Amino acid sequence: MSTTASPPAGHPAPPAPPRMSTARALARILPYAKPAMPWIYAGMVAALLAGVIALAIPLVLQSLVDGPLATGDPSQIWPAAIAVLVLGILEAVFIALRRFFVLTPGTHIEARMRNGLYAQLQDLPVAFHDRWQSGQLLSRAVSDLNLIRRWLSFGFVLLIVNGITIVIGFVVLFSWSLWLGLLFFVMSVPLWIYGYLFEQKYSVIARRAQDQQGDLATAVEESVHGIRVLKAFGRGKHSLLKFAEQAELLRATEIDKAKAIAGIWFWLVLIPDVAFALCLLGGVALAANGELSVGELFAFFATATVLRFPIESIGFLLAMTYDTRAATDRFFEVMDEVNTITDPAAPVSIEAPTGRLTFENVVFRYQDAPADQPGILDGVTLELEPGETMALVGVTGSGKTTMTALATRLYDVTEGRVLLDGVDIRDLTREELRRHIAMAFEDATLFSASVRDNVLLGRPDLTEDPSAEAAAEAERVLAEALDIAQADFVHSLPDGVDTTVGEEGLSLSGGQRQRLALARAVAANPAVLVLDDPLSALDVDTEALVEAALRRVLATTTGLIVAHRPSTVQMADRVALLQQGRITDVGTHSELLKRNEHYRYVISSLEDEELAAAERADRDLKLAEQEGRRRDAIDREARVIDSASDGPRGEVAR
Amino acid sequence: MSVTGVEGEERSNYTRAESRQIRARSLRLLGSLVRPVRGRIVVTMIVIVVSIALQVAGPALIALGINQGLPALLDSNDWMPVSLTVAAYLFTAIAGASLIALYQVMSARLSQAILLDLRKRVFLHTQRLSLEFHESYTSGRIIARQTSDLDSIRELLDSGLNQLVSGLIYMGFTAAALVLLDPTSGLVLAASLIPLLLLTRWFQVRSQKLFRQTRVASARLIVHFVETMTGIRAVKAFRKEPRNATQFAGHVEDYRHANARVIQLFGIFDPGLVLIGNVTVAAALVVGAFRVVEGELLIGTLLAVVLYTRRFFDPAEEMAMFYNSYQSAAAALEKISGVLEEKPSVPDPTTPIDLWKAKGAVHFDRVRFAYNPETVVLPELELSIPAGQTIALVGTTGAGKSTLAKLIARFYDPTEGAVTLDGVDLRKMHPKDLRRAIVMVTQEAYLFSGTVADNIALGNPEASREQIEAAAKAVGAHDFIVSLPQGYETDVNKRGGRVSAGQRQLISFARAFLADPTVLILDEATASLDIPSERLVQRGLQTLLADRTAVIIAHRLSTVAIADRVLVMEHGRIIEDGTPAELIAGTGKFAQLHAAWRESLV
Ligand SMILES: Nc1ncnc2c1ncn2[C@@H]1O[C@H](COP(=O)(O)OP(=O)(O)OP(=O)(O)O)[C@@H](O)[C@H]1O
Ligand SMILES: Nc1ncnc2c1ncn2[C@@H]1O[C@H](COP(=O)(O)OP(=O)(O)OP(=O)(O)O)[C@@H](O)[C@H]1O
Ligand SMILES: [Mg+2]
Ligand SMILES: [Mg+2]
Repeated sequence: MSTTASPPAGHPAPPAPPRMSTARALARILPYAKPAMPWIYAGMVAALLAGVIALAIPLVLQSLVDGPLATGDPSQIWPAAIAVLVLGILEAVFIALRRFFVLTPGTHIEARMRNGLYAQLQDLPVAFHDRWQSGQLLSRAVSDLNLIRRWLSFGFVLLIVNGITIVIGFVVLFSWSLWLGLLFFVMSVPLWIYGYLFEQKYSVIARRAQDQQGDLATAVEESVHGIRVLKAFGRGKHSLLKFAEQAELLRATEIDKAKAIAGIWFWLVLIPDVAFALCLLGGVALAANGELSVGELFAFFATATVLRFPIESIGFLLAMTYDTRAATDRFFEVMDEVNTITDPAAPVSIEAPTGRLTFENVVFRYQDAPADQPGILDGVTLELEPGETMALVGVTGSGKTTMTALATRLYDVTEGRVLLDGVDIRDLTREELRRHIAMAFEDATLFSASVRDNVLLGRPDLTEDPSAEAAAEAERVLAEALDIAQADFVHSLPDGVDTTVGEEGLSLSGGQRQRLALARAVAANPAVLVLDDPLSALDVDTEALVEAALRRVLATTTGLIVAHRPSTVQMADRVALLQQGRITDVGTHSELLKRNEHYRYVISSLEDEELAAAERADRDLKLAEQEGRRRDAIDREARVIDSASDGPRGEVAR
Repeated sequence: MSVTGVEGEERSNYTRAESRQIRARSLRLLGSLVRPVRGRIVVTMIVIVVSIALQVAGPALIALGINQGLPALLDSNDWMPVSLTVAAYLFTAIAGASLIALYQVMSARLSQAILLDLRKRVFLHTQRLSLEFHESYTSGRIIARQTSDLDSIRELLDSGLNQLVSGLIYMGFTAAALVLLDPTSGLVLAASLIPLLLLTRWFQVRSQKLFRQTRVASARLIVHFVETMTGIRAVKAFRKEPRNATQFAGHVEDYRHANARVIQLFGIFDPGLVLIGNVTVAAALVVGAFRVVEGELLIGTLLAVVLYTRRFFDPAEEMAMFYNSYQSAAAALEKISGVLEEKPSVPDPTTPIDLWKAKGAVHFDRVRFAYNPETVVLPELELSIPAGQTIALVGTTGAGKSTLAKLIARFYDPTEGAVTLDGVDLRKMHPKDLRRAIVMVTQEAYLFSGTVADNIALGNPEASREQIEAAAKAVGAHDFIVSLPQGYETDVNKRGGRVSAGQRQLISFARAFLADPTVLILDEATASLDIPSERLVQRGLQTLLADRTAVIIAHRLSTVAIADRVLVMEHGRIIEDGTPAELIAGTGKFAQLHAAWRESLV
């Protein structure tokens, strides 16, 4: 269960101490916004014009008050009123223009960033995904980008425009009355100070809130993906408790956020009002001295009123800006992640791979492993001849899956090399490498797509080609792969091979899923097939059928098959035994059975006496004598190797 | 077509009646969310009303200052009126600002309380919904409901509600002040309400449909995203990246387009409001100015009238934004209320029967089961498992073994017939008793991110560390766990990616061990284990299962050794049933299987 919200496991360390200024941090959006920038600027101009017009309306009012109203001349009222009306209409038009200019381009920026994030996530190695909580990625891709879009097309524009409006407003105020303007200006100084303090406080909370939201998304995701387990143990309520705990944390943060906003809001509302009050006092005094006309006083307040909203708005605009900054930081944490598994600058290509797969002194350490400990793989050397089928055997957790993952660069070796046809796989493009080597994983992942698309996933060359030959070939490959994997059950599905399976489609039984995953690997028609425990969910009969069919494929294809069962091992030409991070023995099944005690320990389901009995029965009498003598010798040898390298598990069993 | 629950969720062409039905249920949900906090809403309202009243007093005080204070100063050099006005203004300013700040915090508490309530409700409800629902609705969609949909409701509550309440009240007070000051101008304002309402109605109708589309589009996007990230290894291994990118770009574009259309609509609505406001200001000016010339209106009052009229429309933009977020949240609420309306197809009994201490006799009473009407998985199953018996269930893949197991664990209810435990129909049993008595280890060993200990403790949250370790030892998982970097405190990462497949199975095994149920169901629980571990597990099982009912599904017939009875399944029927010895000695399917299996061993 995901419990720990702080520090959540999926969070990378926050960016290094010298914090970028908010402006610099936000400027990083620019590359995505570039095509839209002219629009955004146009939007600002429109917004500015709208603001200026709003400020011009009081000018007309002033002329009205000081002119016709003071002199009692009704004929001038209409022109003035019409001017107010025209200005009013213009303001609306410019607001409309602002929205028109900014908003659609804003959605494009969001879309571009989202696609960019997705591409980066697909590109980043599996190690990255191991480390990051899925909810954190999701909240970045959805909520954070939403926020950035809204800020760009609304917050940013308004912030700039309102800032300019305020400046212009002050200038106008000064032009009405130097003293009143000055008074108003001096009064706003505490605002700037508070605004600065506000950033310090708020940014931290904003970031925390977004991280906690990501944690919550993770909790939600796990509660849904793990629903079977939760149901099986009746732990729905229990997981609710944990979820509620996290939600409470988020709530507390949101309230902290509100408190911070309340603080700045207080000053933003208070200060203009106090300024108003003082200006009223001063204004009346000035007017009394005849230094200010009533019309000017009128206009002064009208202008100041127009300024109220921009000033107040600064509060939430700043809050929004800091929220966006946090969102941007979070976005770029993923985008800045250096991909350690990339294509080489000058890739080599293997035209017709024969399928010789070589592990050369391969050392592999997972990212969280302490450097002083030996790696999971600690000097693996193994060579698969072209067309050969090699079984990989080892106890649970010995690193078999890890080793298979290295062959397609899902992880990169820490030391040593993996070679395909003598070429370091890091010199191939990932695309090419994965075209040559296809995998079936131990958990069969099917995607929400038809059976056909799932099985032909590794054959874009056929599925993306519209020609009739390709279609026919695709059908042939599909039929053959399904046949090899004994997946004829698909024909009895509601829509046959066009039935949608996976999450959005029909649920299949475990064995059915596994056979489709196997068919998928076979259909890819690779030079090397890597199968991780491919028959674990099959019953004895089906397993035998699949094995027989697989043998046909493996006759010509190099195969690396992780196996736990003797039946699977028997498909292989040779067996490699993985033990303590090394391949300690390679040979045929019967060779290893004879000479390697650890191998017997791992693969034999029979108790020792039974084993001996079975072997005796199996063996031709005449052979038995010869073999017996040889076996003693080999056993002695093997015992030496074993006692040097056998794990604790081995000890226990003995 | 119906729109009850999540049905028809992706459509956007609802008929009027459907639309009404959907709106009604989301309003009901809203009502039920608001009800528990209505007291606090009232208090919050009072705070905001007072604070706005204070703010609204501003222009009136300025008018007062100019109308009374200025003449007094001019005529008799009397500072009193103006000073009083200023003092009053200062007071309203401080009080108003403090209350606004207070309100900000109070409303945050309020909206967070509502949000928390909703979050928990949706979470619990999705946990309650049966697997059948989850399988068809997909995890991505539920995640979308609980993340992006809740986000838009949060947005509404966060800022929107603020805006609505303060905006409305502000407008109300401003209007009242205007009417008091000059009723004629009040009429002008009243006239402006007509186009205002028309415009709003237009926006409501048009935006509702578009907002629904954005919810659907965002859910699709999330579904795709989650699926990719979940299957990232397969995506990479089969070079699905470019194809995925194209698909995802399609979803992104749909979402963008839906959003852009909503925004464009708003781009008409908002300036429309400004236009109405400005025209009204001009009208008020004309009406007032002529009266000033004729001496019917003081100039200070005209000033106040114009300020008030303008201020009346000040919150219009915010209100428009509120309305926008309201529409967006309403669309989200519609979807969420749909999920909440879903009835679990495996409902909790209304009058549960308690079964404190189950003995563990399971009976399938003429059970027929189909996932969907077309394909019946179990045509007719009659099976009786006495308490304490260990059953090995074997058969070809897809025969229905897991299905049978899931029926015992009540993941599904039989289409016909009944499954009973100690004679009590599972449908009538108290869910707590049921879960305590029956535990199933599923074919997929799912681990949650969190520590190894947490994951085992899921079997029994009250278990002490000693109990957890004992369970791990019993299944032979202890050794590998202590060799992990932080032992039992090691984080297994999402989906248990930090540990190997076999280790995941051992941990889920330990979990079941810790749960200590009367009936234990193991569905291929040892399939990914190596033989030595399997042997250890079986040794553990022999002690564990001594006095328990157990159903063990396994393709490796080694399990059969510890079973009292073997069932062979094919096409949803039990074709053989007997003790292992009987069946092996016979000539049936099992004898054949067993021989083949023996042969495959070394
Ligand atoms: N992402 C990871 N980060 C750190 N350690 C890992 C990670 N994945 C696996 N390990 C560790 O590496 C070891 C080897 O794991 P691997 O999955 O390769 O085993 P395996 O041989 O395939 O076992 P099994 O037969 O159970 O599938 C295990 O001890 C496991 O705990
Ligand atoms: N959730 C589901 N919805 C629809 N059909 C299903 C669902 N789960 C399984 N099925 C179908 O029901 C049949 C029986 O499935 P079940 O999972 O019970 O098989 P199983 O005997 O456990 O097979 P395996 O050994 O492969 O796990 C299969 O044909 C399968 O496709
Ligand atoms: Mg493995
Ligand atoms: Mg099954």
